[in-house]
This record gives sequence, structure tokens and C-alpha cells, in this order.
Amino acid sequence: MRLKALQRTMARAVMQPLTSSERMQRTAPDGQAMRRYAERFIKPNDRLTSFERLEIYNRQYWFRLLSSMIEDFPGLRAVLGDRRFDAMCKAYLVDCPSRSFTLRNLGAQLESWLRKHPRWAGPKQPLAVDIARLEWADIEAFDSAAEPVLRPENLGSNPGANLRMKLQPYVRLLDLKYPVDDLLLEVRKEEDEDTDFASNAFQERHKRKRVQAVAKLKPGAIFLAVHRVDDSVYFRRVEREEFTILSALRAGKTLGQAIEAAFKTSKAPVQDRATALQEWFRNWSTLGWFCGGPN
Amino acid sequence: MPANRFNGFTEYGIGIGLRATHYNHILTRKPVCDWFEIISENFMIDGGRPLRILDEILEQYRVVQHGVSMYFGSAEKPNREHLRRLKELVQRTKTPWVSDHLCWGSVDGRYTHDLLPMPYTFEAAKLTAQKVREVRDFLEVPVAVENVSSYAEFHVSEMTEWEFLNEVVERADCGILLDVNNIYVSSQNHSFNPLDYVNSVPAERVAQIHIAGHSKYRRYILDTHDHPVIDPVWKLYERAIQRVGHTATLLEWDDSIPSFQEVHDEALKANKFLSSTLLATAV
Repeated sequence: MRLKALQRTMARAVMQPLTSSERMQRTAPDGQAMRRYAERFIKPNDRLTSFERLEIYNRQYWFRLLSSMIEDFPGLRAVLGDRRFDAMCKAYLVDCPSRSFTLRNLGAQLESWLRKHPRWAGPKQPLAVDIARLEWADIEAFDSAAEPVLRPENLGSNPGANLRMKLQPYVRLLDLKYPVDDLLLEVRKEEDEDTDFASNAFQERHKRKRVQAVAKLKPGAIFLAVHRVDDSVYFRRVEREEFTILSALRAGKTLGQAIEAAFKTSKAPVQDRATALQEWFRNWSTLGWFCGGPN
Repeated sequence: MPANRFNGFTEYGIGIGLRATHYNHILTRKPVCDWFEIISENFMIDGGRPLRILDEILEQYRVVQHGVSMYFGSAEKPNREHLRRLKELVQRTKTPWVSDHLCWGSVDGRYTHDLLPMPYTFEAAKLTAQKVREVRDFLEVPVAVENVSSYAEFHVSEMTEWEFLNEVVERADCGILLDVNNIYVSSQNHSFNPLDYVNSVPAERVAQIHIAGHSKYRRYILDTHDHPVIDPVWKLYERAIQRVGHTATLLEWDDSIPSFQEVHDEALKANKFLSSTLLATAV
């Protein structure tokens, strides 16, 4: 067997999902018995059959990837429950195997996949999509680039409505149907406490609290900026108009276009808008959200 | 060998793997440690805390890069984005050499994130060596390939693992990161004498040595990096040092990680063997 053919043969088996008891499946990807499939390319030894040797890699693959998903999406796990989360991850990883050299990117397709395959999230699909978006934004905000902050002197002499301002790459903007920021913070707090007090009874009690927190969560639209201060990620709720301005600037619109878009359907009293705008821009500048020179 | 062209003519001593659980201790206590090995992929990012910590470490310590997903043995071209980011990191750390594993782990652009064993064939050796050369030429630093622990062997193999390693490094003209724990693990899983392996390695190509602990199961051993180094592995290390001389040595501890001091103390046990080599050289 040539190298590429052997690697394809082995990878197909390694990436095939485990059984419910976390063993290698008895049937190979090509429909034949896995025992025969493994014997075709793997030598047995005096202690392990070809099947058993291949199974070590098959199990390691799934344990490693599922651990990574658990680490990256604790909020989604709390929403779906352990069993549904596990089944959802397996289906996701079959459809979207890693195409990156780093496990950091494993969940990059999860939001779009969940939208296309709502049945894996069950009745909580809209909530699941929201929290998956937030957790992916958190990953992106954590290690995306930070560019030099925009200084007033970079704006030039006539910073008018045609100015295009650039947002820091680490700032992520989300419009969400549920207040999942509170939920995720709650889940993380519980997880930190679980780590400190690792008794089973304690973990069970916290698991129940997580389930209750999810059950209590009611729909409610929020707009969120996921950003970074001193290398820590924060979730900052913003007004609808703030979200529209920031999203428009990110999309390359001019300052004038962004502000116009924000107030087109706004219910904010006209007389308050100038003050609000000043305050928003002051906050964003203080947080260092604008970078580089004007476009 | 100490100071050879495969480790950038450096004379590094005993180091440990840089792990997030030790960041605080390292940055606040500034313990004496000859060098740290980083997992390159953990820092091939655009910004944020990991890079800030790395820069602080670089101000005070020597750092060597070790990768886990170049997959020299995968039958496909190197990932250009991976190479670009790796080179950026090389320029940041000024690592004297980079290492990654003699294994495969991706096919048709899909990654397993595992260190899968090579079939020991001439075709695989040729392709792997070509890829090592490509990576080295792109990065412009010496490259060392590390032998992996394995749990399976292939019918198509035409030689032993150590013959395959020699074939690859000769063809690629690259260095070796000799992992004596991996040799031990594979020797138990495949029933060969680990000394045959250590004795066959071209000593002049060894840039660095890895030591680590593992987990023993009833019918096989797993390379888990979550225990102290066992005596049989120290014996292999002793033999390796006798052959290659005082060589940069790194303890890997990746799971159930104890305190910095415990990990460092475990690594420093290597001094017993390194110092005897120095004495022998002096005599």
C-alpha cells in the first residue's frame, strides 16, 4: 500500500465515531468488518490484535477532540446537557473535521453548523446558537491582534463625516436573542468552584444549579461587544445604536453613514442623540477600540 | 552532540516545557532554569496574553520551539499558513533550532491532532526527508525530528524504526530530537531492545534529548507525560549521553502537572548523567 493510500485508510478508521461504550465500531467506513479492515494494514502483536492497536488511535482521536470542545464550549454544554452536547459534538466533528493545524480553531464552524442542523440542539437551538456564538467570539477576542490605538493626531485636520475608522481586530460584535453573557459568566463561576472543591456531591449540586440557570433564562435581545482589556476578555453590553455604528464602521462605512444607519429606526429622542454619541465615542476611545490611522 | 550544526552550535543544559500552570511562578519568582521549550502552536496566534507572557519569558530565559503538527510524514504539502505563522514565531523567539515529530497526522487537509506512526518504507522516508528540507529552507533555522511513541506497526514496513529515522535524517541532512522515553514506550509495545535503537542513532546529529514519564497498562504503554521518569528510561538516557555527549535535555510533563519546583527537580536528575560525561571529557 502506498503512503497516501495507507494514511487515508487509517485516518478514515481513526476519525470514525466510537460506539456508545467508547469502543471502536465493529464495522469499518467501507462497510466491511473493522477487524478485517485493520488487519489489511496493521500488524498484530503477541498482546494486541490489529483491531485493538487501531482502536487505541481511534479512541485517542475522539477523547482529544471532545476534551477540546468541552474546554472551549462549557456554556453550550450547560445549555444542552452532557449527553446531548456529546452527541452534538460527535455529529459536528464528523461533518466538520479539523482543517487547521491548531485545535484552537476546532469550533470555528460550530455556529453555522448548528444553524444548518437544528435537531442536534433540540428545542433550545436558538439559545444554543447564541451561546456558541458568544463562546467562539470569546476565543477570537482572547488572541486576535491588537493594533496601535488611534490617536487624535492620526485623524488629520478635518475629521468629518467621511472619516472611516478601523475597529481593533479583537473586538467582536454580537446581536443575540438571549442574555447569554450572564449565563456564561455563571457557568464559568460554577466551573471555577468545581475545580476548587472537586467532590462528586459538590459537582452534582453545581450541575443542578447550571441546569436551573439555563431553565430560568428567558429570551431577551441584547447587543454585545466582546473585547479585551489587559489581556482579559470582557463582555460589554451596548445599545442597539452603538452596535449599529460599530458594525457599520467594521464594514468599512464612513462615520456619517454609520451614524445615519444607527438612528434611522432609533427610538432615542432626537435631542439626546448628540450627547449619547459623544459618550459612546468617548467610551470606545478610552477602551482603545479604534486603531491605526483613518482609512 | 554539544554545539553542533543541528542545534545552532549552542550549549544548552537542562530545560523544562513551558506550561501555563507555571507562568505565575516563573514571572514572579524568576527561578533559575537553563531554558524552556514551548509548544510552537500555542503561540502561533496574532495577539493577547499568550504572546505577552512569551515576550516576558523571552526577556529573561532562552526558549526553544517544539511543534506538534507539522506532520513531516503526511503525504501532502506543508500547510503554508502554518509555515508562515511558524516563521513569525521563530523570528520572535530567535530559537536556535526547531523540532517536530517524525510522524503523520493529516490527510487531504483533515487533521487528526495526533502523532500517528509512519510506515517504515523508503517511499515514506524520501517524502518525509523532502518535506523536512522544505520546512528548514523556509524557516532558515536547523530542524530536528523527534521519534514518537507508537502503538501500531504496518505490514508495509521495510525496515526498523531506527533504520527509518536514520534514512530520513541522512536524506534530509537534519538533526534528531532523541526522545528516550518514546524509545522505551515503543520498545515495550513492539518488543524490541531499546538499546539497539539508542546505539544505532547517528550521535553527531542529535540536537536535543527528551525525557518524560508514561502510563503502563496491562497490554501496552501510553506516552502520557504525566509521571516522573522511570529508571529504565534514565538508563536509556545514560546510554544516549555516553554516545552523544553533554546534550540539551528537556523534561516533558503535560498532564497532572505538579509545581514548577517538582518538575524542575525531576529534570535536574539528568545532571547526574551529564556531569559524569563532563568528567569523562575532562579526564
